[in-house]
Amino acid sequence: MTTASESLPPPSISTGPIAWVRERLFSSPLNTVLTVLSVWLILMALPPFIEWALIKSSFTAATSQECRAGGGACWAFIGQKYRLILFGLYPYEEQWRPLIAAILLVAMIVASCMPRFWNVSLPIIWVGGLIVVAILMWGGVFGLRYVENTLWGGLPLTLILATFGIAIAFPFGIVLALGRRSRMPAIKTLCIMYIELIRGVPLISMLFMSSVMLPLFLPEGFSIDKLLRAQIAIILFAAAYIAEVVRGGLQAIPKGQYEGADSLGLSYGQKMRLVILPQALKIVIPPLVNLFIAAFKDTSLVVIIGIYDLMQSAKVSLTDPAWRGFSIEVYIFISIIYFLFCYSMSKYSQNLEKRLATGHKR
Amino acid sequence: MAVPIIELQKVNKWYGEFHVLRNINLNVARGERIVVCGPSGSGKSTMIRCINRLEEHQQGHIIVDGTELTNDIKNIDAIRREVGMVFQHFNLFPHLTVLENLTLGPIWVLKKPKAEAEATAMKYLERVRIPEQAKKYPGQLSGGQQQRVAIARSLCMNPKIMLFDEPTSALDPEMVKEVLDVMVGLAEEGGMTMICVTHEMGFARKVANRVIFMDRGEIIEQNTPEEFFSNPQNERTQLFLSQILH
Amino acid sequence: MAKGSVNGAQPAPPRRLSWNDPDVRSIVYQAVALILVVAIGWFLVSNTLHNLSIRNISTGFDFLSRESGFAIGESPIAFGPENTYARAILVGLLNTIRVAVVGIVLATILGTIVGIARLSKNWLIAKLSMIYVEVIRNIPLLLQLFFWYAIITESMPGPRQALNLLPGVFVSNRGVKVPAPTDHFAYDLAAFGFLLAIVLIIFVVRFARKRQDATGQAFPVYRTGIALLLGMPVLGWLIGGAPLELDVPKLQGFNFVGGATLTPEFAALLFGLVLYTAGFIAEVVRSGIQAVSYGQWEAASALGLTRSQTLRLIVLPQSLRVIIPPMTSQYLNLTKNSSLAVAIGYPDIVSVANTTLNQTGQAIEGIMIIMAVYLSISLSISLFMNWYNKHIALVER
Ligand SMILES: Nc1ncnc2c1ncn2[C@@H]1O[C@H](COP(=O)(O)OP(=O)(O)O)[C@@H](O)[C@H]1O
Ligand SMILES: [Mg+2]
Repeated sequence: MTTASESLPPPSISTGPIAWVRERLFSSPLNTVLTVLSVWLILMALPPFIEWALIKSSFTAATSQECRAGGGACWAFIGQKYRLILFGLYPYEEQWRPLIAAILLVAMIVASCMPRFWNVSLPIIWVGGLIVVAILMWGGVFGLRYVENTLWGGLPLTLILATFGIAIAFPFGIVLALGRRSRMPAIKTLCIMYIELIRGVPLISMLFMSSVMLPLFLPEGFSIDKLLRAQIAIILFAAAYIAEVVRGGLQAIPKGQYEGADSLGLSYGQKMRLVILPQALKIVIPPLVNLFIAAFKDTSLVVIIGIYDLMQSAKVSLTDPAWRGFSIEVYIFISIIYFLFCYSMSKYSQNLEKRLATGHKR
Repeated sequence: MAVPIIELQKVNKWYGEFHVLRNINLNVARGERIVVCGPSGSGKSTMIRCINRLEEHQQGHIIVDGTELTNDIKNIDAIRREVGMVFQHFNLFPHLTVLENLTLGPIWVLKKPKAEAEATAMKYLERVRIPEQAKKYPGQLSGGQQQRVAIARSLCMNPKIMLFDEPTSALDPEMVKEVLDVMVGLAEEGGMTMICVTHEMGFARKVANRVIFMDRGEIIEQNTPEEFFSNPQNERTQLFLSQILH
Repeated sequence: MAKGSVNGAQPAPPRRLSWNDPDVRSIVYQAVALILVVAIGWFLVSNTLHNLSIRNISTGFDFLSRESGFAIGESPIAFGPENTYARAILVGLLNTIRVAVVGIVLATILGTIVGIARLSKNWLIAKLSMIYVEVIRNIPLLLQLFFWYAIITESMPGPRQALNLLPGVFVSNRGVKVPAPTDHFAYDLAAFGFLLAIVLIIFVVRFARKRQDATGQAFPVYRTGIALLLGMPVLGWLIGGAPLELDVPKLQGFNFVGGATLTPEFAALLFGLVLYTAGFIAEVVRSGIQAVSYGQWEAASALGLTRSQTLRLIVLPQSLRVIIPPMTSQYLNLTKNSSLAVAIGYPDIVSVANTTLNQTGQAIEGIMIIMAVYLSISLSISLFMNWYNKHIALVER
């Protein structure tokens, strides 16, 4: 009786593909109905879409009429316009510069996502990287032709607005967060007012404000250009959101850490710089990445005040009288670009969150 | 021997490819008190959870009080009404007061009037010696008190069978005794069929009619407590006992 | 004197103004911060006033009572170019509220369904809802709005070839036309029946609880409720003489007349906002459900509660607590995002205020109006939600 019996394989009805299908698709009448319904939906939607996008579509047509003849999507239009969509009005033969700048920005973002850069090298990478990006975009030195920023556009501009926005707003956000948790009532009130005011209004109202009110704010004779105004609005806006994220991180640090630092006799500045912020900032990296994704998507709003970002250059490409009426194709094209950026970042932040979460338990 | 209240016949269960329960045969008589022990991961929880169908077995038969457990929802509901269960992590409902935790089942499942359900609940709270905590929320109680509430919650359903899944292993040492005392009291009253997964060997000696040792999904050995502890047959049992008693 | 204090209580050490006194530091810091803020504010305001005087722009809200001179595409209240700017802004506000309220209701329904579907045991359903959530959340809302607007205005046929989806429902590049009830007493009765049903349901719930407390017998509240909600309006309609005529849209010349219209702008905005926000709400709902541990389900099953009882009595009350704060911020987001209306020409508050400030040059006042509107909406939603949060926290804790 006590002889150990062998581990038997499970009965075939409980594993294998058939069991899987039964368990995961047809386990109850409701499930069966749902499965049938979704299959029906897919069958209704997918074949016409594939027919439109791949079968009847045209990839090589030279003219608009030719392109429309098939009755499907006109991807040839994207082929004609992709340089305009990606780089806007930047001088055609100089477009390698925004390309490198964009790659650099992406590399900087990727580097900030890697834990092994989370030390002093990160600020250095950022400051250095942003300077190189500025040189590439403006030029005027090292034999590069000067390109004024009214000509910048497309994807690099979108990246610049989002990256500079978050990078510059970040220190502001930390100060606001510390201020909001401060024991000094005047400072606390000011910070709360700023944060809640900004978070209560839509970004678009900030963009309008900076585009029509900033010029009025400055002394006579001064002026700032449109791009900088939009950038300022994005920074002011992002700072309030970063402050709330950082505050969440500060709250997650156990009280014992504050007390431990105090008991060592550290000053407020030392306590924050050496003990609290390094821990809090690590916790907030995933939500910060999410904020960056939001900023990346939100920069598309600058089209409303007429800035030439990816969205605007896409809209401009649609106005070519020789190629009218391909907006769906263009929107799908830039949707894919936005999606690739945002999706990979969000997957990354989810991974990070998991890793950091287990790191904390140990 | 009279008809057993619980019968497991050649029960087999797999998680994917993993064979957790291997050919389990077990008869439990009415009023019998069984202690199940064995190394972690040996399938003890899985076995007792099959008895009120928190887990589904794939082969063999499980018959509880004359009703076989199948996919029939009516049968499952009927059996769950007869079988109370106490979990390792209490699983009290944090959004309800202690009293509401206790009356929830009687009101919604047994369809009792509220006043009657509350009277029963207070009776059982007195039995587990915490009537004064009735209006508190579970989060405000200690672990030992929570587990006693959980026991009272099961008793309020007036079950014929009680299943305990390591009821004391999530508790701080000083609270283990208060829970075991309640369980011993319940056992000494008699009449209740109990299956208890635990490593509290003192408890097993005191109240169990039979001790079962499981390893790798099998029942390796079963015996009266005296025989089981003084004279274990299987070498795996001996090894386990030597680890647990020292 | 100094000797006298030896056996008495030690007097507090004399306070001197010192940089090492934390209170002194705190006051100095705060004073510096306040002075800085005031100085910056003064600098900006004085520059602004100076700049305005150079440009000959007067400040103040007098322009609100002037004639607006522009028309608004759609408006819940009567509006024409002869009406004032104040009324134009009111129209914008009403339009914002209209799209936000309808959007919040629909996004909640869709988001909840998708959130639950993501946790479904059904593989296909779970995967489809995951794809939906990932795609929708990772594309800018503005782009989605442009996309829907383009689909409606460019890919839909003109009114003459309008798609006739259901009898009386026409979809064309001029929007969606649906039949509307005519002005008949029976429809008023039906509406009254609906209101009556809601009142009755409140009584039924009370009665059911009392009866259950007393006898233990549960009352089929849900079935009764649904029957009342459906039955009472029909009853009202029948009593009113069961009129069958509806104001069905008809093609006349190049466009439809009659019926109710969903303009392309409103349709695209509503569609975009609902689909986008539902993606976020789905995640909120999913994490709320997952926040309730599996042990709670098991304990409830072990007590013999059915699945729907477990959901209603155990899981929902717990997950609602987790869900409500992030849900609030999604509602606020939807309301703020409705400002993107300006990009596709739906006359919301931002769009109307923008037209106003361009016509009158009253930039500061226009932007102040926009911000004031959103701040008060945000504030009232969060006040309400805080109240609600406390309310359920009190009931349950
Ligand atoms: N839901 C599950 N899916 C897959 N494997 C499981 C699951 N639950 C338990 N197991 C595995 O089954 C074995 C037996 O588990 P359990 O009955 O909980 O053991 P015990 O209670 O004796 O410690 C363990 O190896 C465990 O890892
Ligand atoms: Mg176990």
